Amino acid sequence: MAAATPRRQPDNPVPIFEALRMALEQIRVQKLKSFFTLLGVTIGVMFLIAVVSVVEGMGNYMEHDIVGKIMAVHTVELRTRPDFNLGDVDDAMIADWRRRPRLTEEDLHPVVDGLPPSTRWYMMSEDQITIESPFARPRQVLTYAVTGDYFTIKSLGVVSGREFTNQELESGSLVVVIGQDVKDHFFPTVDPVGRSIRMAGVPYEVVGVAEKQGSTLGFSLDKFIIAPYRAPVHRLLNRDRGVIDAIVVQAPDDRILADAQEQMRQIMRVRRKLHPSQPDNFSLNTPEAALATWESIQKYLVIAAIVLPAIGLVVGAIVIMNIMLVAVAERTREIGIRKSLGARRSDILAQFLFEAAALSTLGAATGVGLGIILAQIVTKVTPMPVSIAPWSVWLSVSLGTVIGIVSGVYPATRAARLDPIAALRQE
Amino acid sequence: MSPDTLVMPGADAAGLGTTAERRAVIAQTGAVPSREWVIVTRGLTRLYDMGGETVRALRGVDVAIRRNEYVAIMGPSGSGKSTLMNLIGCLDTPSQGEYWLNGHQVSKMTDNELARIRNREIGFVFQTFNLLPRATALHNVELPLVYAGVGSAERRKRAREALDRVQLGERMLHRPNELSGGQRQRVAIARALVNRPSILLADEPTGNLDSGTSEEIMRVFGELAEQGQTVIMVTHEPDIAAHARRVIVLRDGLVASDDRYAAGDTSRRDGRGDPTPAAG
Repeated sequence: MAAATPRRQPDNPVPIFEALRMALEQIRVQKLKSFFTLLGVTIGVMFLIAVVSVVEGMGNYMEHDIVGKIMAVHTVELRTRPDFNLGDVDDAMIADWRRRPRLTEEDLHPVVDGLPPSTRWYMMSEDQITIESPFARPRQVLTYAVTGDYFTIKSLGVVSGREFTNQELESGSLVVVIGQDVKDHFFPTVDPVGRSIRMAGVPYEVVGVAEKQGSTLGFSLDKFIIAPYRAPVHRLLNRDRGVIDAIVVQAPDDRILADAQEQMRQIMRVRRKLHPSQPDNFSLNTPEAALATWESIQKYLVIAAIVLPAIGLVVGAIVIMNIMLVAVAERTREIGIRKSLGARRSDILAQFLFEAAALSTLGAATGVGLGIILAQIVTKVTPMPVSIAPWSVWLSVSLGTVIGIVSGVYPATRAARLDPIAALRQE
Repeated sequence: MSPDTLVMPGADAAGLGTTAERRAVIAQTGAVPSREWVIVTRGLTRLYDMGGETVRALRGVDVAIRRNEYVAIMGPSGSGKSTLMNLIGCLDTPSQGEYWLNGHQVSKMTDNELARIRNREIGFVFQTFNLLPRATALHNVELPLVYAGVGSAERRKRAREALDRVQLGERMLHRPNELSGGQRQRVAIARALVNRPSILLADEPTGNLDSGTSEEIMRVFGELAEQGQTVIMVTHEPDIAAHARRVIVLRDGLVASDDRYAAGDTSRRDGRGDPTPAAG
């Protein structure tokens, strides 16, 4: 546009600051119109921020809580069926899982004895059972009967009292370690250590209280009771004799874990007498597998989180373009005046582009603010965790600027091309 | 006999040139006029295409104006005075002919070069003031400096000086709608002068003002002319044109008469039709 010719002395362009000042002045004097102009971009960005925040929050939950709290790092769980039914699960698969043989105590030693010495393991049965105490009404609590290195693998510390001794684990003593919520419910005013709770009428002594685990997706992670596997309670958890829920193995790193997992698979296939053509009739679950399932879903969610608000942004862009065309028509005389005072085409172009870009960026920034508020509301009223991703904020604001520039090009070009004489004649 | 020979000798002493000199500079087609000529047009022609019909707004206008002249361009509507004004103001380019402004041939310039000339060489004063309604007087006056790329501190300083020059220093933070017509036109004059242009170009500067205010604005123009500012003013009012020292009358796209008067000659301000030469 600004073709240099030999005769011309070098010109200073209108400083960016000045162009920006003019743009903001225009927005300031036309607040209401600016507000409506921005609505599309603002709403688009608001939903983009909110949806991405929820997706990010879910991602953090999956990575942090599932791997760190519910399962544990570098572990593989041998179970009858998968833990996380994410992805395509049809009725036939569920029926197949139901028909699978259950794991038993007899599986434990063949599976774990051959594993590398650096690995740890525990065996577990779990279920909700009714707990009674003299201090509170009976209540259903998730109870685990465990043996092996349960506390070490789960990184579960005890803040009051102690863990089980080896002898207690071996002999199946009537002792339990309880979670914080269990303590708060059954022993609201007294120290539970040394007192007892009853499970199916049998008293168990509380020897320890586990450290607080917090909550995830709105569910408390502190409502649990742990007992030695050999204690009689395991018969309440799995009524069929010898049946257990899981054998969990932890390795020091992923490579050893992969070896251990393969070894467990082969041993189980032999024990189940599976023909090479038959699929496994048991599951080896890792947090990484759960995470991979999540990540494949997350990809689509992020795309949806961008595509859906994008529709709002496209509408917003069209609105901005229209409003800018109206502005050019309304301000034809101003353009004429500016041209008569020496504004070049490029100056007028820059002025209207800046105005559109400033308008749209402002709309996007407002949308970011509203999106963050919306995300906070979501996390308050639903159990869904949210996390504001910095990239989504930068993306939104830059998107706003780009939308402004793109939708401003046509109106600004029209303004720049106006004939000054005709423009000055405009009433 | 040419009217020029009848003008008081003092006019030539002020360096305004003779008719012969004007004819000479106009006759040298294609030659760069010497420095004392601010404006030289040679056979300036402007054609408009109006629905297939060609309208000849200017049909070969020859005008030569020296630095420090105070010129009024008159003529009935349709005579081409607005077209000439637009060409002199570099808002438009001629269909044929030459237009030399300060030794540069404007008729050959690109859009950007024209913008630059409007910015540096020409100060416009319009009938309808043409101030930006939402900007303060100060900001309006700063605008030409914005497009000249002057930094904001320098801009503010020069805009204040220009407003002081038209006695509006007190009202520089007022918006146009808070100012009277005369004050608005003085803001416009300050804006026209702020970039120290070669010519002050006024299009019916008193057309929207009452006669008292018109006199006030004409006094400002007179003072500027005294100080050596070249002033060119388009008007259809003879008593306004009478303030100028030279009156060019256009008729049907051609110069009908080009007469000069001595400074301070007030005999023409009685509202008789077209101004006539002082003698002959």
